[in-house]
Amino acid sequence: MFAKLGRYKYKQWFWGYLFVLPVMAGFFLFMVYPMISGIMLSLYKWPGIGPKEWIGFGNYLRMFHDVHFLRAVGNTVYYTIGILILGVPLALFWAILLNQKFLKGRNFFRLIYFLPTVTMMAAVSMVWRWLLSPNYGLVNYFLGLVGLPKVNWLLDPKWAMPGLILMSIWKGTGFNMVIFLAGLQGIPKTYYEAAEIDGATAWHKFRYITLPLLSPTTFFVVITTMINSFQIFQQAYILTEGGPREATTTIVFYIYKNAFEWFKMGYSCAQSVFLLLVLVIATLIQWRIQRRWVHYA
Amino acid sequence: MHKDVYEARRAFLVTITYALVIFFAITEVLPFIWMISTSLKDLNQVFTMPPQWIPRPAHWENYVEIFRLMDFGRYWLNTIIVTVGRMLGQFIFCTLAAYAFARLNFPGKDFLFFLLLSSLMVPFETLMVPTFVLMKKLGWINTYWALIVPHALGAFGGAFNVFLLRQFFLTIPKEFEESAIIDGASPFRIFRSIMLPLARPALAALLIFSFRGAWNDFTYPLIVTNTDNMKVLSLGILGFKGLRAGMTQWHLMMAAATLSILPMILVFLVAQKYFIEGITVGGLKE
Repeated sequence: MFAKLGRYKYKQWFWGYLFVLPVMAGFFLFMVYPMISGIMLSLYKWPGIGPKEWIGFGNYLRMFHDVHFLRAVGNTVYYTIGILILGVPLALFWAILLNQKFLKGRNFFRLIYFLPTVTMMAAVSMVWRWLLSPNYGLVNYFLGLVGLPKVNWLLDPKWAMPGLILMSIWKGTGFNMVIFLAGLQGIPKTYYEAAEIDGATAWHKFRYITLPLLSPTTFFVVITTMINSFQIFQQAYILTEGGPREATTTIVFYIYKNAFEWFKMGYSCAQSVFLLLVLVIATLIQWRIQRRWVHYA
Repeated sequence: MHKDVYEARRAFLVTITYALVIFFAITEVLPFIWMISTSLKDLNQVFTMPPQWIPRPAHWENYVEIFRLMDFGRYWLNTIIVTVGRMLGQFIFCTLAAYAFARLNFPGKDFLFFLLLSSLMVPFETLMVPTFVLMKKLGWINTYWALIVPHALGAFGGAFNVFLLRQFFLTIPKEFEESAIIDGASPFRIFRSIMLPLARPALAALLIFSFRGAWNDFTYPLIVTNTDNMKVLSLGILGFKGLRAGMTQWHLMMAAATLSILPMILVFLVAQKYFIEGITVGGLKE
């Protein structure tokens, strides 16, 4: 019997390497190799074909003096802050609504709220192009019904980004809601019962029990939302094509333009490396803090 | 007296909660209803104000028209080929890797898993140029190879599936495999005849996530394809933006959008349980 177990140990080595081989091969060929070659390319000036010209950190220096790139960073931050300020609290609000025990059809409503998150962003963006159309769009129609003026959503530099934020909140909030719901259900009911005996109001329970005990979930949602928002591309590409007047040119959109419309491959790679660095730092902070999180309850 | 006040407050709270929940549910669904409604109109009805919710007469022929005006059938076929290819690949390779990482012992295992997990930090959006260059070197631009192989091997987010399945395999008690080990079964036989049948719910989640990822994918195909006959749905429907100079054909655009969104909605409605469970396991990325 022990001999068999011993033989199994070496069988495990063989089968173990064999089983992880395809996935590890995919990882090294399609992720590690491109990452390294992207970092290399960022040190060259290269129009996509022909010889590469070594310019060291030239692309990186140029990046921080390029008003268009800085604008793209600003737009991306604007979008991210919009989602964080409006989208995340809304997700929490939905989760609290759906967590009420008396509510009938909770699963049904959860399904409805979650539905847009699984649909194709490209197709949804087309739908929102139509919803936000200035004269015949449904959004302006409803604004008119409640007596508000029409907004020239996607054609006005002031309103284009709010339009994108509106659509993204409509599409993505259900996702964070599900995570918040799981967090809410993890809070022991005894805390609320004890508070009720002490005569606590709904607000007190929310402020002194729900919020502090939910803080690890909130932290997770905020960081992942930030990371995802920083990569915003499709909405800008489809709804507004980065315009009007660069109002929705985001970092990834600018990276795409540089590479595939202006053929500044090296410069585009330098921006990608910059973005990757930002995302990696955000993720590391999350992993770090998530692991040794303490409640303040 | 005191009790009445309490009851009244509670009734108020219940009413307002229902009102809000229903209001938000309507705002989430209305764009889809509007999309379907518009897809059944002609251009005159599209621009009728106030809006007509149920178009009369309904123009079902719009759904034929889009197949005539564009190679919409080809986009569909491409999307199905890519989706099935990626799902099959992830089903096999991600599950095998997850099993190895969870249940087998071999030198360097933890390090390899850590590497794989950290690849989740790297979105495709930051690798657009080098991926394009690599695909050009391989001669894979405008091929199904480019669209299927990397994702089928778990690159660009597929590692999440490995993570998900590994978590599941870790929860299976040791006793299940011990007797099989003593009988001299190989890890592959244990995997196939003991582990796979137990993992059915997790496998359902994997298939659904990989379906969603492949069906909705946009940025990746945008980079590795540029001919019309290799377009997937998400790229193909953009053609309706500029169809017939000047006037946007909103009704055709909405018909195309409906046909692109519908399969995903149907899959979701059938399998929503696995979807939502899968998310709460790992808090997956969008």
